[in-house]
Amino acid sequence: MELQQGIFILMGLAMIIAAGLAMHVKDLISSIIAVGVVSLFASLLYLLMQAPDVAMTEAAIGAGLSTLIFLYALHKTKDVEEEND
Amino acid sequence: MEWYRIVGSIVTLIGSIFLFLGALGVFRMPDLYNRMQAGTKATTLGTILTLLGIGICHYEWLGQILIIIMFIALTNPISSHALARAAHFRGIPLTKGSVADKLKEKEATEVEVD
Amino acid sequence: MTNLPEILLQISTYFVSAGIILATLRLIKGPSMADRVVALDTFTVISISLITLIACISGRVIFLDVGMVYAILSFIGVVAVARHLEGGL
Repeated sequence: MELQQGIFILMGLAMIIAAGLAMHVKDLISSIIAVGVVSLFASLLYLLMQAPDVAMTEAAIGAGLSTLIFLYALHKTKDVEEEND
Repeated sequence: MEWYRIVGSIVTLIGSIFLFLGALGVFRMPDLYNRMQAGTKATTLGTILTLLGIGICHYEWLGQILIIIMFIALTNPISSHALARAAHFRGIPLTKGSVADKLKEKEATEVEVD
Repeated sequence: MTNLPEILLQISTYFVSAGIILATLRLIKGPSMADRVVALDTFTVISISLITLIACISGRVIFLDVGMVYAILSFIGVVAVARHLEGGL
């Protein structure tokens, strides 16, 4: 049981660090990567809390799909700003 | 005493040591390409050994674990190759002591031919 | 001597957790965004083996399906970032 509690604390600390990094870093792609890391550790925490179906959904949506959608939105907004200049 | 459980846990321990050394290389290497090489080759070998050891421990899970190993061996080199290519075209420099850059030489000869 | 495999699996879990700590330090420190992408790639590969270790310790076979979903879908994010760095998405 002590091993499981240690992994809980490690995952929580890594989630807090990655969320703070997503706010503090300057360029937006690093921020998107940090958001992906937060969702990865959230998925591992769901797995440790004995909820494998929620962890599977979080892994599919958070790690794969939301990174892609954020990058697509960033690509589109950069094009619009360059056209306005 | 089941001997296969001991063999599987020893293989898992070797694989986790490879994972730890790969993460240490990601932290300690001086260059992006060196970090990428440590972070994909060593961790691929470590993950394959870890999964194989657990598959030896629980031999009724072995089919599913072999499918996961196949997916890792297919998808991990694709991501590292795409990332290294993008970093090279982005112009991220090599470290000071590096001696060869074959992709840059190939591009230079192609420009001369054109 | 009878619980030697459990002790070895616990030591393996400690090694994998130390790897997660080192990759987190690279994620904080990394000078450019490509270093952070390398840290994300290392995270996904390490977390697959951590999921399988948790499945072996807790003895539930359903956890392996989560690892399989990770192994299929985790490279999409890295390839998307690489395509974005190269120019066209």
